[in-house]
Amino acid sequence: MIKSIVPSLIASTLLSLSSLSVFADAGDSPVLQRIEERGMVTIGHRETSIPFSYIGDSNEPIGYSIDICLKIVDAIKAELGNDDLSVKYVPVTGQTRIPLIANGTIDLECGSTTNNLTRQKQVDYLSTTFITGTKLATRKDSGITEIEDLDGKIIGLASGTTNEKAIKAAIEELSLDVKVVPVKDHSQGWLAMETDRIDAYGSDDVLLYGLISKSKSPDDYTVTGRYLSFDPYAIMVPRNDSTFARLGRVVMSDLMRSGEMEEIYNQWFAPGPTNINMPLSDTLKTAFEIQALPE
Amino acid sequence: MGDFDYSVILDNLPLLIDGLKVTFLLTFLAVVGGIVLGTFLALIRIAKVPVFSWVAAAYVNFFRSLPLILVIFWLYFLVPLFLGRPVGSFYSVLIAFILFEAAYYSEIIRAGISSVRDGQIAAGRAIGLSYPQTMRYIVLPQAFRSMVPVLLTQAIVLFQDTSLVYVVGLKDFLVSAELVANRDQRLVEMFLFVAVVYFIFCFAGSLYARHLQRKLSA
Amino acid sequence: MNYNWDWGILFREPYFDWLVEGLMWTVSLSLCAWVIAFALGSVLGIMRSCSSRPLQLIATVYVELFRNVPLLVQLFLWYFVFPELLPDDAGRWVKREMPMPALTTAIIAIGLYTASRVCEQVRSGIAAVGIGQRNAGKAIGMNEWQVYRYILLPNAFRIIIPPLTSEFLTIFKNSSLALTIGVVELTAMTRQIEEYTFQGFEAFTAATVIYSVVTFTVMLLMRVVERRIRIPGMIATS
Repeated sequence: MIKSIVPSLIASTLLSLSSLSVFADAGDSPVLQRIEERGMVTIGHRETSIPFSYIGDSNEPIGYSIDICLKIVDAIKAELGNDDLSVKYVPVTGQTRIPLIANGTIDLECGSTTNNLTRQKQVDYLSTTFITGTKLATRKDSGITEIEDLDGKIIGLASGTTNEKAIKAAIEELSLDVKVVPVKDHSQGWLAMETDRIDAYGSDDVLLYGLISKSKSPDDYTVTGRYLSFDPYAIMVPRNDSTFARLGRVVMSDLMRSGEMEEIYNQWFAPGPTNINMPLSDTLKTAFEIQALPE
Repeated sequence: MGDFDYSVILDNLPLLIDGLKVTFLLTFLAVVGGIVLGTFLALIRIAKVPVFSWVAAAYVNFFRSLPLILVIFWLYFLVPLFLGRPVGSFYSVLIAFILFEAAYYSEIIRAGISSVRDGQIAAGRAIGLSYPQTMRYIVLPQAFRSMVPVLLTQAIVLFQDTSLVYVVGLKDFLVSAELVANRDQRLVEMFLFVAVVYFIFCFAGSLYARHLQRKLSA
Repeated sequence: MNYNWDWGILFREPYFDWLVEGLMWTVSLSLCAWVIAFALGSVLGIMRSCSSRPLQLIATVYVELFRNVPLLVQLFLWYFVFPELLPDDAGRWVKREMPMPALTTAIIAIGLYTASRVCEQVRSGIAAVGIGQRNAGKAIGMNEWQVYRYILLPNAFRIIIPPLTSEFLTIFKNSSLALTIGVVELTAMTRQIEEYTFQGFEAFTAATVIYSVVTFTVMLLMRVVERRIRIPGMIATS
């Protein structure tokens, strides 16, 4: 009995050793192993996070985050020595992204997700791809330019967002008399704006530009004020896989060092296919420089 | 109010009808699924199988203590986790509705079964039918006949409840109408139209349920 | 599964406070809406069972209207449509000056909707007391108001305690719909915790437990109340 097991054990060990030598880094990375077995990389994407990750005219997911993720896919192909890896796109929402990462359905989440320390208990993040923060959208003739001007006025805020927290904190700190109207989501918030329920709507500036560009009369509205919160976006990967996370960070450092990141950025934001027109800010430019770690 | 614009309804009719189809399909599948699962639960409770009956009772009471919205959120979150792939929101909410409504249907069906006199069961057993056969051929057909109006009323409630898929953005009748309302800034027209359509279907349904009730008791 | 369980999150600041705050909003919303539903529902129930044809008709139309439109649609009608139908100034007041517009709207919408259901319970309660009692009252010279005040209502309300309890619990559960117009009640708070921490399981479980515990507590309490004030010889069927 034992005699028959030993040779097969040796054989299987040899086999696994030989496969290890070919696919050098897949060994200690559960995610890379999974990708190798499936023969594909599974990317979670959003459907309406414009211009980060959304469904384009050809019904394929496109956007700034998707382009960065495709660069990472190229690196995975090189790492595994397998050019035939395919990419599978899986749509995710704010509520499904965590279960789908937790149960191993998706390998990379390429959307518009804020990186914060509490969330890092549940997932890992790659380098920061975009920096946004809370600002105010108002009618141009409202006379509001900073949060202080909201005294005695009404602001709409989407319930449960980081923006809500930031603006409420600012209101309290400056002891302003501002009435807060909670709304369910951005479209309801913008509706409140257009039906004159509120004087200002607070959200991530990039989203505000998007809302204004889609509104009936974009010229009537403006984004104003200083940043009231700091929201760095990053690509999410499953936790407890430093090998895979490192691979992603190497790709992104390379992109940032070579200036390719800036090119991808300009392609989507300046002004980009959706006319959002947000030229690379000094803060984000500096962030790219800092994250361009040497090899 | 003077500028009530009917054309926005006509212009978007295809979209609205598609939404209405989703609402009806969801209602139909949830009613069927809910009645099947509900009957199963009711039979287990009535058969008084130890443990199983207790589990069925706990299931019913548990789901009846929760808001439907919470159940929809749970399933939206859980279904992809179990299946290992994302499913369209339609299937998530369908499962949520079946699980949730089964609790309510099982109570209706249990009452219906209890209303069939014990003598019928004894008679069935006496002519040599097994317990499941007695249920299948004697008790359930009578019970369902007497329950039709109540089941229909519950179906109308379910039809109204499907509007809650709004919270996960499934494009049913209400969500389609809201989409148009937001896009074209025609809230008044669209929401009033939605209310009228729901009212017509539900009112007609409840009149029919009452008619059936009267026919049964006559 | 690669999920980092952390049940402690529910008891940490600020998330614990959020849950408590959410529950408070849920409870206050439910209680306020219940006051409207109970008061209006009782009046409508009496109207439906009284001898005046016009009053019966008004109450019947009310019940059919409010029962055959989904609550969520009614909520949207009150929140989005109603202010637009008012004269400009009044509409502006509802949209902007009114204290806590979303919460107030939710209370009114849920209260009016549930009133139609309470009405039906009250009506069936009055019917359950029986025509004999009504006639007996008239025979000893009471007018209709007195018959209701001294005979029908005291009996009817005691009979319908179980169905009214379940109507109250329905309000409690339906209050979660208020999140669709931005009221941050318990269910909304749960989602907020998920959004901030990504600990969705823990948050949803917390809400589930809270709803169940409150529901079962109310049911137990009402069973005690019911036993103490039960009319001998009458069992309510709902």
